[in-house]
Amino acid sequence: MSYKQKIVIVDYGVGNTFSISNAISFLGYAKTKISDKEGIISEADVLILPGVGAFDEAVKNLRTRNLDNILNEQVIVRKKPILGICVGMQLMADGSEENGWHDGLNWIPGKVIKLQLPNLFAVPHVGWNNIKFIKNKPLFTRNNHDCHFYFDHSYWFDCDEKFISAWTDYGIKINAAVQRDNIFGVQFHPEKSQTSGLKLFRAFFNSIS
Amino acid sequence: MLKKRIAASLVVKDGIVVQSINFRRYLPVGKPAIAIEFLNQWGIDEIILTDISATRNDQGPDFQMIKHASRKCFVPLTVGGGIKNTGQIKELMHCGADKISLNQAAIHQPELITQASRIFGNQCVIVSIDVIQNNNDYQVYDYLLQHPLNLSPVAFAKKVQDLGAGEILVNSVDRDGARQGFDIELYNRISEQVTIPVICCGGAKNANDFLEVFTRTKVSAASAANFFHFTEHSVNTTKANIFRNIPIRHETYADYEDNSFDEELRLKKKTDSTLEEMLFIRIEKEII
Repeated sequence: MSYKQKIVIVDYGVGNTFSISNAISFLGYAKTKISDKEGIISEADVLILPGVGAFDEAVKNLRTRNLDNILNEQVIVRKKPILGICVGMQLMADGSEENGWHDGLNWIPGKVIKLQLPNLFAVPHVGWNNIKFIKNKPLFTRNNHDCHFYFDHSYWFDCDEKFISAWTDYGIKINAAVQRDNIFGVQFHPEKSQTSGLKLFRAFFNSIS
Repeated sequence: MLKKRIAASLVVKDGIVVQSINFRRYLPVGKPAIAIEFLNQWGIDEIILTDISATRNDQGPDFQMIKHASRKCFVPLTVGGGIKNTGQIKELMHCGADKISLNQAAIHQPELITQASRIFGNQCVIVSIDVIQNNNDYQVYDYLLQHPLNLSPVAFAKKVQDLGAGEILVNSVDRDGARQGFDIELYNRISEQVTIPVICCGGAKNANDFLEVFTRTKVSAASAANFFHFTEHSVNTTKANIFRNIPIRHETYADYEDNSFDEELRLKKKTDSTLEEMLFIRIEKEII
């Protein structure tokens, strides 16, 4: 276990960067930075792409700061591990239909669509829901099956089964976590999921040598 | 399956968490950062911090206080009080808030609900409605004027939902600090008429009140303020009691599942023989 990893939380203006850095600092990783600077992002060992807010606003902010190109270089070319959280995970898709169609980063094939739920299920899907793992490596190695995470979203990432690492039940099966090579995403908020979330961060950082 | 949420309301007045009684009397409790740290350790599902002095003193949100208080908050934190524009919301997000709640702004500048949900997503915007009972009917209450408004809470709830609110927090002024349980009638009226989640607040005395409101109404979350502050592990023990009847998230290391409670749902002392045996049990620390 090393606390020396250089973790960079990508700052694009609308994420809850401070919450994530609080959680990571609590775990003892002292070299954590919040930044949108290419120099700092390119020196990172691992990246976190946070997200709160609407997809179009997030994508717009990402592009204005040229972060789409910077991240493509780091993640696709240099294969740096990245964890997307909530809208940060949705950004990895082909695009989203939130407030009209907007293209995403195109890292994991799939579309972000509105939650279409049976009656009696309120949208947004907000609160604590238990998740089922399909692949427990690397994100869930320290968590128990059926542990709870905090969700807060109105849209979800619909993608091919082979990319799904966990799902949750809210009237329909909602993809809770996705992964493809060095790219990982979670729909819930680990930084706001108490011990379960802290364990997820620990498992993720430990999996990176 | 999505679980019902147990939330804690922190009423903050001039930087200090206070106990509020009927929206009129306030008794000091302590520092927000300490209250949040403990509630978090005890397994609360979310925290709603409302600064009741911000608007009254014509100030914006106290960003430094929030930044300091959120440091050890690993559950969702909603911040309300003094919010007048989206710039302040953005700043609150950077200080560790996950959601914001609008009360006065929802009444006087409803367009802010729409603007905020457009930028930050509707899941981020909670509208907080204070309600008072008046001749067998309910009215929205203006806490600054300390007076009811000629506005039905149901109509207002539907309106803010249409404007883009993601959740509604309904505070009962009559039950505030009264320890008489939640106002079931009020929460039924509102939760039947909106599709977004409703959080109820005001009147909880113990776990039975949570059980009642969860079984008799459709609210998604129930919140309490005062009674969580005054007993050690109040959240764990309350949840242990609720968990026996309703599926909620109950994952704290100390889960009190083997304990017994008296009729007031206060924790009973373990038997002397159990306590004796505990001397020889090694309790491992949880490793994260």
